[in-house]
Order: sequence, then structure tokens, then C-alpha cells
Amino acid sequence: MSEHGSLAHHFEDLEQQRQSADLGMWLFLITEIMFFGGVFAAYAVCRWMNPAGFSAGTQHLDVTLGTINTAVLIGSSLTMVWAVQAGHEGDAKGISRNLMLTILLGGVFLVIKGFEYRHKFHDGLVPGPLFHFEGEHVAGIELFMCFYFIMTGLHAFHMIIGIGLLMWLIVLARRGRFTKEYSNPVEGVGLYWHFVDIVWIFLFPMLYLLEH
Amino acid sequence: MHDHQAARTISIRVFLALMVLTAVTVGVSFVNLGAFNLPVALLIACTKASLVLVYFMHLKGNFKLLWVAAASGFLFLLVLISLTLSDYFTRDW
Repeated sequence: MSEHGSLAHHFEDLEQQRQSADLGMWLFLITEIMFFGGVFAAYAVCRWMNPAGFSAGTQHLDVTLGTINTAVLIGSSLTMVWAVQAGHEGDAKGISRNLMLTILLGGVFLVIKGFEYRHKFHDGLVPGPLFHFEGEHVAGIELFMCFYFIMTGLHAFHMIIGIGLLMWLIVLARRGRFTKEYSNPVEGVGLYWHFVDIVWIFLFPMLYLLEH
Repeated sequence: MHDHQAARTISIRVFLALMVLTAVTVGVSFVNLGAFNLPVALLIACTKASLVLVYFMHLKGNFKLLWVAAASGFLFLLVLISLTLSDYFTRDW
């Protein structure tokens, strides 16, 4: 068998092992597509039933903060790509450095999101007993805000898990677990991180921009 | 070393393209296109998602089975959304 310590005994070679890891990650991402897809389908139906209310709800979101966060998240995808690239080059320091940048940008995203949430609490736009908004389309706006919190909340939850995974990768990188031949975990978490970015790419126009 | 440099250049170009598309979708949202508001927003979002899938998630240059897996995910998403909407949209018919 291979002399390489990173090759599990049930794989023929490192390339087959890498492909299996990528494919496994993608099968997981398919379940994630369906998971978020269900919420998007529900959003489409409810928006179609309450066009005026959803349009009014959209106007309560901050386009500037949403745009900044989109840029921040795309930036974090770029540093994630660099971390995966550093993995292929066998550059453990480069992996750590780029993963830390990714965590930093992910953190900035979550902090901005937190300020947006706080603002919604302050304005009484949080659905449920805390909802104190008065004016036209109250029911539609509350329904819109339900979707806003569920969709961005699920997204933020995915990012928090992602940041945890990135920290785990930094520990592995510092322990010298990644080599030029083997950095599959970096690649797999990279796929997850980019997927979460794609979810936001759709959330941003649907929640912040449409008919605002 | 050339390959590594080329990969880095591509990643920066894709990043810039994503930023430009973000600016475009925000800019366009301030113009009322009527019935085209949603299709334009979706088209730009799909373009951005494709760039991330092909370049950042390395579908380009990877083994073909990965393409099939990824495509099947989006195919089922299409089934989910189109069947749901075709039900609700036709209930009054």
C-alpha cells in the first residue's frame, strides 16, 4: 500500500480519496439546497399572496448594510479560495492566515447582522409579542419579518457552524496535518462556506432589494 | 509556480465580477422595471451563484461526477419550486 500516512486503507490512491471527499460533501450540500429551497418556496408563495405587505416589509430593511454584508461575505469566499489554494501548495501558514481572514470577515458579517437585528427589535418589527408596528399592511409586514428572521437566522446559524469548522481547520493546520498531497478537510469546508455564500446571494435580492 | 499565480489571478477576477454584479443588482433595484424586477434580480443572482459554483467551488476542471451531483441538487430544487408554485398559481382556475 501507499507510504502516505494520509491515505485511508479503503481508497486506491489519494486522488480517489479526494474525489470521494468532494462527492460526499456535495451530497450533503444537495440536502442543504433542499433545506433552504423549501423556505424559498414558502417565501415565494407567501409573497405572491401578499405582494403589497411584502413590498412594504422590504422597505424596513437597510439596503446599505445588506450591500456591505454581501461584499464582506463575497470577500470571505475569496480568502476561503486562497486557503484551499494554499492547501494545494502545501503551505500550512498560508492556510492558517487565509482561514483567519475568512473568520474575521465572517465575524464582521455576523456583527453587522446583529446590529440589524437590534434595530428591528428597537423598531418593534420582530414578529410575535414584541411586534408593535402600526400602519398599513401590518399583517403582511409581520409575515415578511417572519421570513426575514427565519431565513437570515438559518443563514447566520450556518455561518456560526462554518466559523467553528474554520477554527478546527486552523488547529489541524498548526499541527501540521495538511500537506501538498492532502488537504481534503480544507477543500470540504471551503465547499460548505461557498454554499452558504450562495444562499446569501439569493437572500439579499429577495429580502432587501425586491420592490424596496 | 505559474499555475498558482494563474489560480490567484482568476480568483481575484471572479471576486471583482461578483462585486460588479452586486453593484448592478443594487443599482437596478432603484429602477422600477415593473414585471421585470424579479426576473432581473434572479438572473443576476443566478449568474453570481454560477460564478461561485464554477470557479470558487472548483466545478471547473473537476471530475464529471461532481457536475452530475451538483446539477441533480439544483434539478430537484427546480422541481420543488415549480411544482409548489404551479399548484398555488392555478388554484383559482
